[in-house]
Amino acid sequence: MRGATRARWAVCALSAVLAAAAAGCGGGGGGGTGVVRSSWGDPQNPLEPANTNEVQGGKVLAMIFRGLKRYDPRSGAAENMLAEKIETSDQQNFTITLKDGWTFSNGEKVTSKSFTDAWNYAALVDNKQKNASFFEYVDGYDKVHPASGAATAKTLSGLVVKDDRTFTVKLKTKFSTWPDTLGYTAYAPLPRAFFDDHAAWLKKPVGNGPYAIDSYAKGSAMKLTKWDGYPGDDKAKNSGVELRVYTDNNTAYTDLQAGNLDLVDDIPSAQLKNVKNDLGDRYINQPAGIIQTLAFPMYDANWSKSGMEKVRRGLSMAINRDQITDQIYQKTRTPATDWTSPALGEKGGYKAGLCGDACTFDAASAKKLIQEGGGLPGGRITLTSNVDTGSHRVWMDAVCNSINNALGNDNACIVNPVGTFADFRNQISEQRLSNPFRSGWQMDYPLIQNFLQPLYYTDASSNYGKFSDPQFDKLVDEANAESSQGAANAKFQDAERILAREMPAIPLWYQNGSAGYSDRVSDVTLNPFSVPVYEQIKVG
Amino acid sequence: MPELDPSDPDAAVIPADGAASSLATSDAATLEDGPLPGAPASGKARSLWSDAWHDLRRNPVFLVSALIIVFLVLIALWPGLIASGNPLQCDLAKAQEGSQPGHPFGFDTQGCDVYTRTVYGARASITVGICATAGAALLGSVLGGLAGFFGSWWDALLSRIADIFFGIPIILGGLVFLSVVTSGSLWPVVGFIVLLGWPQISRIARGSVVTAKQHDYVQAARALGAGDTRLLLRHIAPNAVAPVIVVATIALGTYIALEATLSFLGVGLKPPTVSWGIDISNASTQIRNAPHMLLWPAGALSITVLAFIMLGDAVRDALDPKLR
Amino acid sequence: MGRYVIRRLLQMVPVFIGSTFLIFFMVYALGDPVAALFGDKAPDPATAARIRRELYLDEPLWKQYGHYMGQILSGDFGTAFNGQKVTELMADAFPVTLRLTLVAILFEIVIGITLGVLSGLRRGRSVDTSVLLLTLIVVSIPTFVSGYVLQYLFGVKWGIVSPSVSPEAPFDELLLPGIVLALTSLAYVTRLSRTSIAENSRADYVRTAVAKGLPRRRVVTRHLLRNSLIPVVTFIGTDVGALMGGAIVTERIFNIHGVGFQLYQGILRQNSPTVVGFVTILVIVFLLANLFVDLLYAVLDPRIRYA
Repeated sequence: MRGATRARWAVCALSAVLAAAAAGCGGGGGGGTGVVRSSWGDPQNPLEPANTNEVQGGKVLAMIFRGLKRYDPRSGAAENMLAEKIETSDQQNFTITLKDGWTFSNGEKVTSKSFTDAWNYAALVDNKQKNASFFEYVDGYDKVHPASGAATAKTLSGLVVKDDRTFTVKLKTKFSTWPDTLGYTAYAPLPRAFFDDHAAWLKKPVGNGPYAIDSYAKGSAMKLTKWDGYPGDDKAKNSGVELRVYTDNNTAYTDLQAGNLDLVDDIPSAQLKNVKNDLGDRYINQPAGIIQTLAFPMYDANWSKSGMEKVRRGLSMAINRDQITDQIYQKTRTPATDWTSPALGEKGGYKAGLCGDACTFDAASAKKLIQEGGGLPGGRITLTSNVDTGSHRVWMDAVCNSINNALGNDNACIVNPVGTFADFRNQISEQRLSNPFRSGWQMDYPLIQNFLQPLYYTDASSNYGKFSDPQFDKLVDEANAESSQGAANAKFQDAERILAREMPAIPLWYQNGSAGYSDRVSDVTLNPFSVPVYEQIKVG
Repeated sequence: MPELDPSDPDAAVIPADGAASSLATSDAATLEDGPLPGAPASGKARSLWSDAWHDLRRNPVFLVSALIIVFLVLIALWPGLIASGNPLQCDLAKAQEGSQPGHPFGFDTQGCDVYTRTVYGARASITVGICATAGAALLGSVLGGLAGFFGSWWDALLSRIADIFFGIPIILGGLVFLSVVTSGSLWPVVGFIVLLGWPQISRIARGSVVTAKQHDYVQAARALGAGDTRLLLRHIAPNAVAPVIVVATIALGTYIALEATLSFLGVGLKPPTVSWGIDISNASTQIRNAPHMLLWPAGALSITVLAFIMLGDAVRDALDPKLR
Repeated sequence: MGRYVIRRLLQMVPVFIGSTFLIFFMVYALGDPVAALFGDKAPDPATAARIRRELYLDEPLWKQYGHYMGQILSGDFGTAFNGQKVTELMADAFPVTLRLTLVAILFEIVIGITLGVLSGLRRGRSVDTSVLLLTLIVVSIPTFVSGYVLQYLFGVKWGIVSPSVSPEAPFDELLLPGIVLALTSLAYVTRLSRTSIAENSRADYVRTAVAKGLPRRRVVTRHLLRNSLIPVVTFIGTDVGALMGGAIVTERIFNIHGVGFQLYQGILRQNSPTVVGFVTILVIVFLLANLFVDLLYAVLDPRIRYA
């Protein structure tokens, strides 16, 4: 041991001479007692609630913010958090009453104004918040966020503060399940500090959740400590969390094995075969609200002309989902039988098997259907996806092989990998693709509406294939006007049956959340958004 | 003022510590050495190059490596000679299974036969390797040689252009260049590797030429009235070619691996093209589960590189007049 | 020599302008980066337009470039998409990568030249053959494979080192990544020095030196090695830049937040201030390394002089 220490000192002395970098010597990795060391990815955007639209930033926000509602980590059901009650008589005008006793971790009280200021900030086009469109349902959005030109109002006219604990919201149209969307982080309240000294707040965000940020070194690590004054029931059961940025999930996994890390919430696909061996029962694999589909370019006449629905259904039947999820993903994906996610639960509107035969592998019928529909446009199809993230390359190859084998033609399907996500995104939005492309969707809130309306409603924001069906649109409108969630769900499921007939996008599989943890921690769970429920983790 | 000119009377001499002894001996040595390479040139007998060929034919190292290369080229042209399967026919049910009758190398992640894919992969990989190496070596040694020989603004211009090319990150260059060319054929990939590869070889060639140019036999030949072309081709090139051959033969292997990196990024060769590079990069993440997936294509790559390194060694020896 | 150095330094100005424009143009050619900021959702047009205007992306290329150069001359390298200043990123990344490169170069020099000299002096013997085999293995196994394997063996199986590097990246944690990074170049350095040594060991001045009765050690180090180093030094000079910018794979595997990582992120997110800023610094490093190599030529071979 002595020798090793000496060697370390020698190396450190050398480093001090060579690059004046003695800072690295002395303290080694570590984290104090009771601190969970967890893997993290560098958030793409500054950590503002309405500007964070990816999991890594969302992870932090879920620890330092609590909104009006919160999705139950187990069932995904939206439950009141800061809201005492949210009432409506017409599914369009809502009155929100806040619970008493909530403060931000800097001591400031959470009032109605904390919410309306935050929402107005998020919606105003000048602030360039990426989640601004979440407020498009609120009356007056067109004024603060016009499609072009400058804003003609600074605040949303649909938001009215009644007193410190009450405010009202007027929506543009009826939207019965709107209150259930309010658990999304974009709706979080913000303290005055956010507006008064924005730059300082960004360096060290302050919120009202069970944790407070201790230090934040952008691009490398964040330390959060338990906030002792947290008024909620879901107090942290550990003394803090240390998030470490990894650029490669393989390295995080290796660090977990070496005992340098307690929690990895993204098991690399190459290790899926070994994970049970390496970690035993310290491995979680459960449904998350993510679905992968192959969308057809319905703006292309070759794909949208009548008769092609047979080809589209045939292609769906040519994909052996069971085999691919088994062999490639080791069951961390589940073959999809509809266009939503089992993470919704029955209450959220999930119903297995809505896709029917069209999502069941049947090579003979696939071949027959494609022939009846007039064959593949141009005799072959290409699948397009970005390959810079998410190991998309592997499943694309597997899907193409499955189609080729089913059709008995080596050249029926070829893959078209795209180098960057940005390039892929641009090819889609400029409608340059004339063949099916990957379309992934991660839910914002656990409602069936979130899986259908933004993706398949005529001209909806993420309807990249430009699918349009009047009957589908009508059913969605009716569903949103229903007063009970059960009735709304039934209408949405009727709308899904239209998708099964028209097949504008082939459902591939539901993505699971997977995580592994060290023997230092226990009670590790993932919520339906595949984010670890940090406050429940116990250390030691 | 010329940039690298030893004959310049104003030139500052950089004294080197302890250079005296080596300077003296090496000067003496090269003086003796000088007239030798020039000698055959004056007679009509055999040129340096035909001498080299004469040597090569009897060198076993050369014969073995040439045999391997001929074999690889034959496979690249007609893979059907030794593999009867179809590299694109894959059965996912057999994913990552090991060796079994009829499938000696086992199966990869997609359930494709590794033996068939290794044989069929030779075409793309060897074409990319040989063409890119030839292109980069030719371009690099010509430009680098000229820069080193003429010095002055030639050197400044060519070396600075090389510096700019060095600066381009491979990934950025690959994404830009190859996303514009979407055909997925071999030639854009070859062209791209040449574009990125020549500066390195050009620096090496320039360095060797700068050294070779100082030798007394070159000065002597110049004094005897030899022109620039003659000096370069007859006297300098054979003496400066060794480092270029060494770098080029290893580069052949790294270029094939570079093709793998590009394919991995989604900008290199695209299916249905089969290549060792694609298979090696697919195998690399599966090394704990199915090492055989890596072993065979990487082994094929090793043998190819070995053959070219041996060939390069033999050619270099044959060109070295001191050995004769 | 002073004038020569000054002239070389002056040449950096056109290279600087040329390379910044080239890289700027390449990132521009990749297309619009804004859409990707919105993830799987379609960007909201009004917000996207605002972001584009703020980043000068709605201007023609030459105006964007002019604006960017204006910023650089006033010391502002712009900001990355996560709101961090590019100068801050550089201050974090370059020292880390510099240390990694130093470790790798040191390995190349010590191990590469030693192996090269050994096999060059004993051509055709078993040492030479084993070194050749080692070289082959190194060339044919891609860095990502050797990186993961060594990391697993040393970091997990035997627990000798930490599998990942902490954000401070001290030298002792960089030893293993340094070896991995140096591997491919090690093959070049070994082969180059072997060939050079083999060639020069037959030169008459070496025979003379041996005949004079000089000890073998002195012959090798003073006469042989010194005259054989020029190609090796040239290679290492070109390699400095390649190692600094090309450590993307190694930095990923060992979770080192250095230049390669920042460049990779910048390129994938198509953030031109990050990419152009980093590449510009890299090009300057190349220029300095090459100048240094050219000056070294004169030290190694006194017949080469600079005016």
